Amino acid sequence: MKLEMKDAPGQLVAALKPISEVGGNIIAVIHQRDPGSDDDTLSVQIVLELHEGRLGDLVTLLKKQGVHIQRIGEERLLYQRTVILIGHLMHTDLSDTVDRIDSTGFAEVSELSMSMPAINERSSSRLTIKSVTKDDMEMAISILRSVASEKGLLLIEPLEEIV
Amino acid sequence: MKVAIVGMGSVGRGVVEMIAKKRLGLTVTGIADSKSGIINAGGIDLHDVLEKKHKTGSCGDKKISANEVIKKADFDALVEVTPTNATTGEPGLSYIKMAIGRKKHVVTSNKGPIALAYRDLKKRAEKNGVVLRHEATVGGAIPIFHMIEHGLAGNEILAIFGVLNGTCNFILTRMSDEGLTYEQALLEARQMGYAEADPTYDVQGIDAAIKLVILANTIWGNGVTLNDVNRTGIDLLTPDALRLAEDEDSTIRLIAEAIPKKGILRVSPRIIEKSHPLVVEGTLNAITLETDMAKEITLIGKGAGSIETASAIIGDLLFIRDRYVERA
Repeated sequence: MKLEMKDAPGQLVAALKPISEVGGNIIAVIHQRDPGSDDDTLSVQIVLELHEGRLGDLVTLLKKQGVHIQRIGEERLLYQRTVILIGHLMHTDLSDTVDRIDSTGFAEVSELSMSMPAINERSSSRLTIKSVTKDDMEMAISILRSVASEKGLLLIEPLEEIV
Repeated sequence: MKVAIVGMGSVGRGVVEMIAKKRLGLTVTGIADSKSGIINAGGIDLHDVLEKKHKTGSCGDKKISANEVIKKADFDALVEVTPTNATTGEPGLSYIKMAIGRKKHVVTSNKGPIALAYRDLKKRAEKNGVVLRHEATVGGAIPIFHMIEHGLAGNEILAIFGVLNGTCNFILTRMSDEGLTYEQALLEARQMGYAEADPTYDVQGIDAAIKLVILANTIWGNGVTLNDVNRTGIDLLTPDALRLAEDEDSTIRLIAEAIPKKGILRVSPRIIEKSHPLVVEGTLNAITLETDMAKEITLIGKGAGSIETASAIIGDLLFIRDRYVERA
């Protein structure tokens, strides 16, 4: 999004603070002085990652700070779900499990945390999956379900409450 | 109103105690346990019965059976609180049919007959002009059916999510809070008297699934059975899995879930944010309903216990009294 604010000390910080308040993740801040603009204002472009539905809150907060939003760019919704897998993850080829999601092209495993207590004991891992749309996410979860049942793993899904 | 009670386990004794203690306007004219029975049209002395049960293990005369109490005693409503048999529903199922056959109202805490034969029993009751109520079968003291029928009358129930098994919730709470293994937490649950010697029924989600079936049948009348529930238990969970959930301010709970429009009927351990209203501690139960008008409503309460379950039964009895028996 492209923001406009007073060119005074502390203004950029004031504009960025609401982003963290709504749980957003700043990917890039592009700050370029436009020679044509009058000296009082500063124009900033921000690329950020935000949870679904939080954009409205951010806009409200920014307005409160006296920041003018010139333009909101392309919204690329990032659906994110966390699941936990329990079982013999290494023996059942964990990289294949991850690849089954990654190879779809519409969803990917973006994070993986794992704990392996001892050889031959079941290990546990947490996978964060990202996708662009909700349908893609449901598809990815259903792929994971069949992989889990095929490999004898216990899949723990998050509780969704959207009816 | 006159009441007969079959079953003198923890729930039956709780009901008798509360009727004896509180002035509810209920007269007990028949009581039976598995070995004996007592009939007194003028009203049984409940303190005597409780004392006798405590001392001898039997509540009455060995020559009088539960069948006889149901067939011969003079009562308006039967309280059927015999142990649950999830496979046959017996002996509760026969007792309920017998009472309905005599045109008597029935209040039960017995999950077996309700999960197996709710539609049939309800039809029989309607045909005979009596009612069958089963508030105590799901969520212990939580008045879930009263809320759906009355408080939420006119709402369409879109989905149910519930923590319906106190034993599982206790085990998961302990694994999460103390980092115990499943085996350690189960042992603790046994020592506290929350888990049976054979915990299969609880930890594999069968008990929660039966309650989900009862909820679904009562709310939507869809005739689902235990076999229709997609079920995963908690016995394979690791402390690591709980810790991994914890890292994201979440935890794991056994959630029963029914969303008819999506064809979902499932009991499974789920990752759930700690701030979610369904994340309750210890043996508590919780039920969230999603409805078209009221949107989300969550009830939390004691899912088991003698007096807590008696609360649900007495609520049903007094509802029947006010609505059907002493109205005319």
